[in-house]
Amino acid sequence: MSLLTPMIRPSVVARLNPVAKLAVALTVSCALLLSIDWVSAGVALLLEALLLLWCGLSARQFWLRTAPVWIAAPMAAITTILYGEDSGALLWHLGFISVTDGSAQLGLAIGLRVLAIGLPGIVLLATTDPTDLADGLAQVLRLPARFVLGGLAGLRLVGMFIEDWHSLTLARRARGVGDGGGLRGAARRFFGPAFSLLVISVRRGSKLATAMEARGFGSDTPRTWARPSRVRGADAVLVGIGFGIAGIAIGVAVWAETWSFILA
Amino acid sequence: MPDPSSFIPARGPQIRPVQIQARSWGWRHAGRQNQAVSGLDLEIEPGERVLLLGASGAGKSTLVHALAGVLGDAEDGDETGSLLIDGRRAAEARGRVGLVLQDPDSQVVLARVGDDVAFGCENLAVPRSEIWPRVRRALAQVGLALPLDHPTSSLSGGQKQRLALAGVLAMQPGLLLLDEPTANLDPRGVLEVRDAVVRSLDRSGATLVVIEHRVEVWQDVVDRVIVLDPAGGVLADGATDEILASHGERLAQAGVWVPALPPRFPARHPIGSGQTLLRAEGLAVGRVPFGRRAASVVAAGITLSVAAGTATVVTGPNGAGKSTLALTLAGLLKPAGGSLRACENFAAGAAPEPHRWRSTQLLTRIGTVFQDPELQFLAATVRDDLLIGPRALRLSVAEQTNRVDELMRRLRLDHLADANPFTLSGGEKRRMSVATVLATRPRLLILDEPTFGQDSRTWQELVTLLAELLDEGTALVAVTHDAAFVSALADEEYRLGTPDPIRLESGAR
Repeated sequence: MSLLTPMIRPSVVARLNPVAKLAVALTVSCALLLSIDWVSAGVALLLEALLLLWCGLSARQFWLRTAPVWIAAPMAAITTILYGEDSGALLWHLGFISVTDGSAQLGLAIGLRVLAIGLPGIVLLATTDPTDLADGLAQVLRLPARFVLGGLAGLRLVGMFIEDWHSLTLARRARGVGDGGGLRGAARRFFGPAFSLLVISVRRGSKLATAMEARGFGSDTPRTWARPSRVRGADAVLVGIGFGIAGIAIGVAVWAETWSFILA
Repeated sequence: MPDPSSFIPARGPQIRPVQIQARSWGWRHAGRQNQAVSGLDLEIEPGERVLLLGASGAGKSTLVHALAGVLGDAEDGDETGSLLIDGRRAAEARGRVGLVLQDPDSQVVLARVGDDVAFGCENLAVPRSEIWPRVRRALAQVGLALPLDHPTSSLSGGQKQRLALAGVLAMQPGLLLLDEPTANLDPRGVLEVRDAVVRSLDRSGATLVVIEHRVEVWQDVVDRVIVLDPAGGVLADGATDEILASHGERLAQAGVWVPALPPRFPARHPIGSGQTLLRAEGLAVGRVPFGRRAASVVAAGITLSVAAGTATVVTGPNGAGKSTLALTLAGLLKPAGGSLRACENFAAGAAPEPHRWRSTQLLTRIGTVFQDPELQFLAATVRDDLLIGPRALRLSVAEQTNRVDELMRRLRLDHLADANPFTLSGGEKRRMSVATVLATRPRLLILDEPTFGQDSRTWQELVTLLAELLDEGTALVAVTHDAAFVSALADEEYRLGTPDPIRLESGAR
């Protein structure tokens, strides 16, 4: 398994067009960013939770991939509860720290929001192959091939960074500059290889560009696509579901009178 | 019954081999004073198979890049004369020419094998229905029997080069250009790639131009040799045997591996059985993968000892863990199991386990020459880089200068003292990486594939230098695939993993 060829289990979600997945993630995020209230985020999260059952990830994969969100959400919530803008009844107080009705509600809203935006984003990306995404961006959204495929090929070089970094560190130790020197030495040991890594990457990148050009890439004549990227009925349904979640979340919040438009 | 992979599709034109014509052609790279190529007059007929030779700097790569149309435009350099492919400018002959370069890692474009082969066809706007049959045929021709969705990152060097070749063959070019396609490969990989090229040419009848300084690899494949003159134009041109007979000596001096004129092995004057420096018992080696705690072992049960004045070579197939063993012996990786101990006299006050030594303690004890010299370069000029080791040892300024000056003379680097190490040629980089290590006079020298991709001149110099060091009492451990290197220097050979079934007869014997 690697960055560019992730192990993706065959599932309904994995077969969907990556552009449709991207559209859903963006729709839900935008809708939830328009207001900071706990009802809209909670409703969206609830609806998403029902759909995540069909996401095609194993339980282990799901928790591993989404772990950052599960850590970030409570952190954001607690920070807001303790230090957020105070309003309403004072619930608890210690020195600088004060917890009020208002800051508790705000904290809850932010915590739920991080989850409601983060979870579907990560799950949809985890079931998407970067090559398929590039195909979709170029064929469905008609983004320039030069830009999309250049980026995709460059992504492969990023995967080699870790190995290069390791080798550079060993080479430095072999040359007598691998330790010592206190804080300044430590800084040198970070920036030295970082610069070498940059040089090596740029050189590799330019070689790759030559190899791509030699295979006819980068001219202005139109190219064909070996892998078709099509938008099917199921993709339209997915986008519809995305709009549905956004609409219901906003609707319920407006009905519950918790909706507070951030631009208002 | 005909082989299905030799089937030429009914639709689309049959491959027409390319004709090449150069008329006092020349090229100067932007920002350079000297012409890379000048005054070149040349004609290559359709279907000819040509080996392009010449000293380093004779402009072989420049010519091949120009034929492939990837040299760039007026911004990238000045062109003189004309270079025509089938009567058209090379830059306009898109799709008629396919190029395979030296470095396996920088030619893979996409993440899956099938997609990567299809990439060139897509750029040439081949209809989708025709792309996949072409991809399957190209993969069959180069002998890569892998599923189309196989990840390209898990391929070996030889497989990556065959993949690059398949990507080019799928474009059905009339001219196949190869720029040292096997220089970075082990003997098995070299044969894999060469045989794949021969198979495809026998079917397509395309014109071939290949650059390679190991003549023996292509000798029986090509029917013509062209030698470029560094001073401009063509030095020699004719049938392979004739040119090798008439110009062999001159080519060998220029670094070309001429089979009839192998480099001489240096005479050794062993000091007798040297003192043991390092002892491995039941050693297991491995790297710690990113984000893990425990090393994944690649080789285990290694028992060997390294003695002063002796050369130990580590051989074995790719992936057997040779480089990992070398890095472990060098004190750079922690052993994954078993024991690796420096003898008391060698440790000289430091801990018995080399991986626990401080970086400066390593300097006078173990010097490591990496396979990729660029990894070792730290400073902006050759001189400053060579001074880093002596400075870390806090030697006197006079001693620092002495050592560095002597080394630069000995390794013919003195005229490059102010050059940036990254701008050196392949042979110069290799000499430089050895010099950086010798500057601190380590008692044990560890080298990872020191002769990989080197021309015969650099090879000779390197082996002679190492023989001198051995006679002076330095211990040597070298990981190598190079049979000539083993014959020339090895006192002991340690084979890792299962034996390599294919061995390329090396020029020197």
